[in-house]
Amino acid sequence: MKEIDSVDITNKVADLCIQANYCIPVAIIKSFQNAVRIESSEKAKSSLNILIENANIAKNESMAYCQDTGVAVVFVKIGQDVRIKNGSLENAINAGVKKGYEDGFLRKSLADPLTRKNTGDNTPAVIHYDILPGEALEITVAPKGFGSENMSQLKMLNPTAGKEGITEFIIKVIKDAGGNPCPPLLVGIGIGGTFEKAALISKKALIRPLGQPNPDNAIAEFEKDLLDKINATGIGPMGLGGKTTALAVHIETYPTHIAGLPVAVNLCCHAVRHATATF
Amino acid sequence: MKKINLPLNEKTIESLQAGEEVLLSGKILTGRDQAHLRFVQALEKDQKLPVIMENQVIYYVGPTPAKPGQPIGSAGPTTSSRMDKFTPKLLEAGLRGMIGKGPRNQQVIDAIKQYKAVYFVCVGGAGAYLSKRIKSLKVIAYDDLGPESVKELMIEDFPVTVAIDSQGNNIFRL
Repeated sequence: MKEIDSVDITNKVADLCIQANYCIPVAIIKSFQNAVRIESSEKAKSSLNILIENANIAKNESMAYCQDTGVAVVFVKIGQDVRIKNGSLENAINAGVKKGYEDGFLRKSLADPLTRKNTGDNTPAVIHYDILPGEALEITVAPKGFGSENMSQLKMLNPTAGKEGITEFIIKVIKDAGGNPCPPLLVGIGIGGTFEKAALISKKALIRPLGQPNPDNAIAEFEKDLLDKINATGIGPMGLGGKTTALAVHIETYPTHIAGLPVAVNLCCHAVRHATATF
Repeated sequence: MKKINLPLNEKTIESLQAGEEVLLSGKILTGRDQAHLRFVQALEKDQKLPVIMENQVIYYVGPTPAKPGQPIGSAGPTTSSRMDKFTPKLLEAGLRGMIGKGPRNQQVIDAIKQYKAVYFVCVGGAGAYLSKRIKSLKVIAYDDLGPESVKELMIEDFPVTVAIDSQGNNIFRL
C-alpha cells in the first residue's frame, strides 16, 4: 500500500494546468515548421509562422498559448494499492485546477449550462479514472478549448458501414467544421464501444504523442489514409486554404455490439495541450 | 502593409478588399456570445445600449487575466459563426466592423453588404502573439460576465485579414 498526500496532488495538478497552457509539445511546433515547408500558399505559411512565434512568446513569457485555456480534462490512472491521505482524490484535483487557473492567470471558462453563470474558478474539472493493479498514480491534465470541441461529432453508424462509411462520416465532420475549429487540427477518433465509450476514447486519442501511430498496423494505415483525405479537402490553416488541415489522425478502437458501429470524432485545434505527472 | 486608423469611415470600408492584410490601430470593443445576446435583447425592446454601436468595431475575444503591469493576457479571436444570429441586428444598429476567426453565414454576408461593413479575421489561437498589439483594456459593460464582459481595447498595428468586404466578397468557401 502506497500513501499519497492530497496536498501534493493539488500542487502538482496546479503545475500541470499551467505547464500545459504555457508550453505546447515540441512535436507540435516541429509539425508547424514542416507544414511551412510543404505549403505553397502565402496565407498558410504566414498563419503557421505566427503560430510558431506565438508558441515561443507563450513559453518565454510564461503566458497562455491561447486565451481559451479550456475545460480542465483530467485523466487519472490510479493503482488499486494507492491510498490518498488528508482528503479525497477528486477534491485534491479540483483544488489543483482552481489554484493553477488562478496562479497561472488562466481564463476561467466554466459556466452553469443553463443559467450561464461562471463558476469563477474553472472547476469542476472533467475527470476520467482508470483503476489499475499496483501502486502507481499518473495524472494527465489536458485543457480542452471549445472552438474545436464545438465542432466534434458522434454518430452511431450501421455495423455494415465499414471503413468506407467511417471515412465518409469523418470527412463530413471535417468539412462541416471548415475553418471554425482553428486548423491545423489533431483529429481524435474513437471507433466502437458504446455511445459514451466512443467519445471517451476519441478524447484519449488526443493525448497520444503527436503522430505516434496506433500499434495495430491496419489501424495505423487507416490513420494515414484518413490524414491524406482530410488534407486533400484543402481547408488549410485557419480555413484560408492549404495542404495542412490536420497534423495527425489518432484512432482508438474498442469492441462493440453486433448491431452497431459508434464513431466519435473529437477535433483538437493546433493548441494540443497536455501535461503528465507520476507520483 | 496597409495601416488603418479607427474608427472606420465609409471611404476606408469601401477601399478594403477581401484577402487583403491590414494593420488596425485605435479603439475597439470586445463582445462574445452573452454580450451579443444582451445587445440584441436590448435592441428588440428599444432599450439604450450600454455602448455606442455606431461606427464601432467588435472583436470576438475573451482574454486571459492580465499579469501585474500588463494591459491584458492572451487575447486571440473566438469562433465568429456563433455570433451570426445576432450580427445582422448589430449591423443595423451601426456596427461597421468585426474581428474574429472562421467563416460567416449567408445572412451575415448579405447584411455586411447591405450596411457597408467589413469582417476581419486574425490567427485563431495566437493569443500570446496578438496580446502584444493590445495596449490598454477597460471594462465598460456587463462586468458580471467576467471573461465575457464588454471591454474597450486600444490596439496598435493589430494584424488582420479582410475576410468579407463591403461588396460581399468572401475568402471562405461556403
